[in-house]
Amino acid sequence: MTQATIDQTTFNELKATAGADFVSELVGTFLAEAPAMLADLRSALAAGDADRFRRAAHSLKSNSNTFGALTLGALAKNLELTGIAPAAAAKGATLDSLDAEYARVATALKELARG
Amino acid sequence: MAELGAPGSRLLVVDDNKVNRLLLTRSLELQGHRVATAENGRVALEMMRKDPFDLVLLDMEMPEMDGFQVLEQIFKDPVLRGLPVIVTSSLEGVDSVVRCVELGAEDYLPKPVNPVLLKARIGASLEKKRLQDQLKEMVRRFATPEVAQDLQTSGFALGGKRVYASVMFSDIRGFTPLVESQPPEETIDLLNTYYTLMFDAISSHGGVVNQMIGDGLMAIFGAPLPLPDHEACAVRAALEMIELVGMFNAERAAAGKPEIRIGIGIASGEMVAGYAGTSKRATYTCIGDTVNLAARLETHTKTAGRAILVDGATRAKLPERVAIEALGPVEIKGKANAVDVFSVNLGQSA
Repeated sequence: MTQATIDQTTFNELKATAGADFVSELVGTFLAEAPAMLADLRSALAAGDADRFRRAAHSLKSNSNTFGALTLGALAKNLELTGIAPAAAAKGATLDSLDAEYARVATALKELARG
Repeated sequence: MAELGAPGSRLLVVDDNKVNRLLLTRSLELQGHRVATAENGRVALEMMRKDPFDLVLLDMEMPEMDGFQVLEQIFKDPVLRGLPVIVTSSLEGVDSVVRCVELGAEDYLPKPVNPVLLKARIGASLEKKRLQDQLKEMVRRFATPEVAQDLQTSGFALGGKRVYASVMFSDIRGFTPLVESQPPEETIDLLNTYYTLMFDAISSHGGVVNQMIGDGLMAIFGAPLPLPDHEACAVRAALEMIELVGMFNAERAAAGKPEIRIGIGIASGEMVAGYAGTSKRATYTCIGDTVNLAARLETHTKTAGRAILVDGATRAKLPERVAIEALGPVEIKGKANAVDVFSVNLGQSA
């Protein structure tokens, strides 16, 4: 069973309560900020900075869920909960799949924001 | 009730994440609030200490100073303590939520924040804050900043302690016939002006008015907070009271109204100070021989025909330049031995 990249219900609710124009701007803000969070996860992992790693995962989770990017949100939540500790190699692989999911989310959100 | 959380409420949104800040601000502005934002706990505390806010929406995971630390600081700060904080976070685990509530958070809203829930919780918190502000305002009006502060930090703990302080009693001479000769509105008006003047004089010299009965009042110098030279402070306040009443009388005379005269008694010594009453209704007061003596001295001003009478303990601590006249030992009701009474002469500063 595959989950939609962006949950339509969540995204539509957000548009209904905050306004379509505002949500387009908000998507723009997210797309501008998210790459820094992804980069932060990698550099925190490399530096062994557990706090920074957890905070970056937490922010990404929170924003993903706001837009209905539930898969990305779940991946980020998993990182927030397990933290930096388990094998760094495995973490690297997880971060790769996180990047891939973010790329899908970014494309989908750009599309939705235009609509 | 329609005014709950109405426009005009000033809210502070604290979140390190820009998307969250923008979205929360948008939701709140759509609900008619004015919103300021801070991107971490340290900045938020600076803003709260500079400007008054009605409510704070606080994220927990933040760099520099996180939400838990902010809650701790707010709780420790007597000024910020009553400020309602709603935690908006996507913290994992019930433990964190419990910790927020234990640290004094008003409510917890998980992210993404549901706008309907947000509106309801903010409305409830603001209403609670409004009621607390009313209560604080009442405490402020009927007590002093010192007492109000003491009440907040002690949490209205009843109980007493021994203090060394000066007590003052004051009332208006011939007040009853005055009340009978004028319309009631005029009496209340007179009392309001009179009390405003007396409160000013007393608090500007470090005293605390703790009782008002009709035209009489009781004030304490040196409790609940210690006051150096409380004897001289009390006498200075008394002299200022007499001076203010003189000015007030000049105004009244111009309006064709009769003058008022006041008598003041001051005594110093050890007494028991604390909150007396029940946990629902208590007043800060002082009890002991010194207090009784101050009340008797005030009564004795009528017989002695003087405005300010003090006891020996007060007199001993006054600077040389204060003109004092010894009236000799006076029989005081409730005292086995006659008490030395001194009159403070007017027209000079203590």
